[in-house]
Amino acid sequence: MAERTVIPFGPQHPVLPEPIHIDLVVEDEHVVEAIPSFGFIHRGLEKLVEKKDFNEFTYVAERVCGICSYIHGMGYCQAVETVMNIELPPRAKYLRTFWAELSRAHSHLLWAGLLADSFGFENLFMQCWQIRETILDVVEETTGGRVIFGAAKIGGVRRDVDADTLKRCAAKLADAARSFEELKRVFRDDYSVKKRLCGVGMLSRDDAWRLGAVGPTLRGSGVATDTRLEGYAAYGDLKIQPIVETACDSYARCMVRLHEITQSFELIQEIVARTPDGPVFEKPKGYPNGEYFARLEQPRGEVIYYVKGNGTKNLSRFRVRTPTFANIPPLLHMLQGCELADVGLLVLTIDPCISCAER
Amino acid sequence: MKPLAMTKLSLRNLFKAPATVAYPVVPRTYYPATRGRILIEPTTCNLCVICDVRCPTKAIKVDRKGQTWAIDRLRCIQCGACVEACPRKCLATGNQYSEPVTAKSIDVVPIPFVPPPPKPKPAAPESNDAKTSPV
Repeated sequence: MAERTVIPFGPQHPVLPEPIHIDLVVEDEHVVEAIPSFGFIHRGLEKLVEKKDFNEFTYVAERVCGICSYIHGMGYCQAVETVMNIELPPRAKYLRTFWAELSRAHSHLLWAGLLADSFGFENLFMQCWQIRETILDVVEETTGGRVIFGAAKIGGVRRDVDADTLKRCAAKLADAARSFEELKRVFRDDYSVKKRLCGVGMLSRDDAWRLGAVGPTLRGSGVATDTRLEGYAAYGDLKIQPIVETACDSYARCMVRLHEITQSFELIQEIVARTPDGPVFEKPKGYPNGEYFARLEQPRGEVIYYVKGNGTKNLSRFRVRTPTFANIPPLLHMLQGCELADVGLLVLTIDPCISCAER
Repeated sequence: MKPLAMTKLSLRNLFKAPATVAYPVVPRTYYPATRGRILIEPTTCNLCVICDVRCPTKAIKVDRKGQTWAIDRLRCIQCGACVEACPRKCLATGNQYSEPVTAKSIDVVPIPFVPPPPKPKPAAPESNDAKTSPV
């Protein structure tokens, strides 16, 4: 029997944009056990809710993460709005959905680039990020920010987008979608991509469900679930079909994300065509008093926001259950028995966002 | 499964102009909506302090006595709360980012606002004593 050795992975590692540490117990080249440790970038954002005005906290909520920033802000607003019984104007709902889908597309493209980079496919990495740049330009044109959109606000959205700008953006995104289809073919057909992803990091349907996987990690294992089906924001008016792959490996998770980018591009065109006219903001009255759990679909999976208000300008409790946090147990399961060389790749296949997980 | 599935795309890229811009030789174009930095029109400001109160990061400091409006550019998150709150519309979000700096500093803008003279107090009513006092 081979001798067991513990190899530290992270917190600083080329595949990791953020710090997570995993102790890998290995026998020869195979991982037997993986033990994670967190807490390198804990910022205590949930506690901050007691000191910040509930309107101001939108800025903090949006800064929970640098990639899925917009949906964090939107989720917080949605939770507070439900507590305060604010019915959003329809245009605000559509604009929120528009930005949420842009956020999903750019997050997945960022991930696809990082994945290509992790197995040394530099050219594909650059191509993915080039398309992502078009999306970021659209975000800048419509919200004014590139990473932090700053567009969600309790009671609606902070800025309206005129019809011409929306149409211009839709045309730009249609071009980006066409370029993306070419890249998708490379992911789908290329020998080196399939060699690195097919059959690696198996997570069976039952294991994914039992360990509480969410988002593309769960859908890549054949479970058809998507929180957007709940119909929050304008998703109730749009036709959403959860994207499911049944191969249960890294390739399946990759393909789910790539199909979701296509789906997002299609949804954006539908949203632009259907956005109604009208106001974009409904002024909130009073202070939140009550509690609510809001569930949203982030690029990485289902996210839950809990807010509790006590009738004052400060909320008494705020809690976020982020998708990365839920996807860590499935990741540890996938790592058991894998090759040491595949660890970096497998960590990436859950699309880890450590800032979200630690808040 | 195809080897070199990327070849067609790569060859096409060889004959295309670069996707990147030769910054700073070619300046970046910003959109009208870009939130670059906060600008102030000092002549319309009346030092009402609302921007100071609304700023979530406490980047703006208004000194009514010294008649100055100051902003710490490195604290400012360009959220636009001050621009929305300003009653005189003297604040705006410029679409150019602030200049890079080597040391932390605070931009201080003198405000030439002249407060209106205090309203004259209403004349005190004549006291009853005066009426009743013997002449």
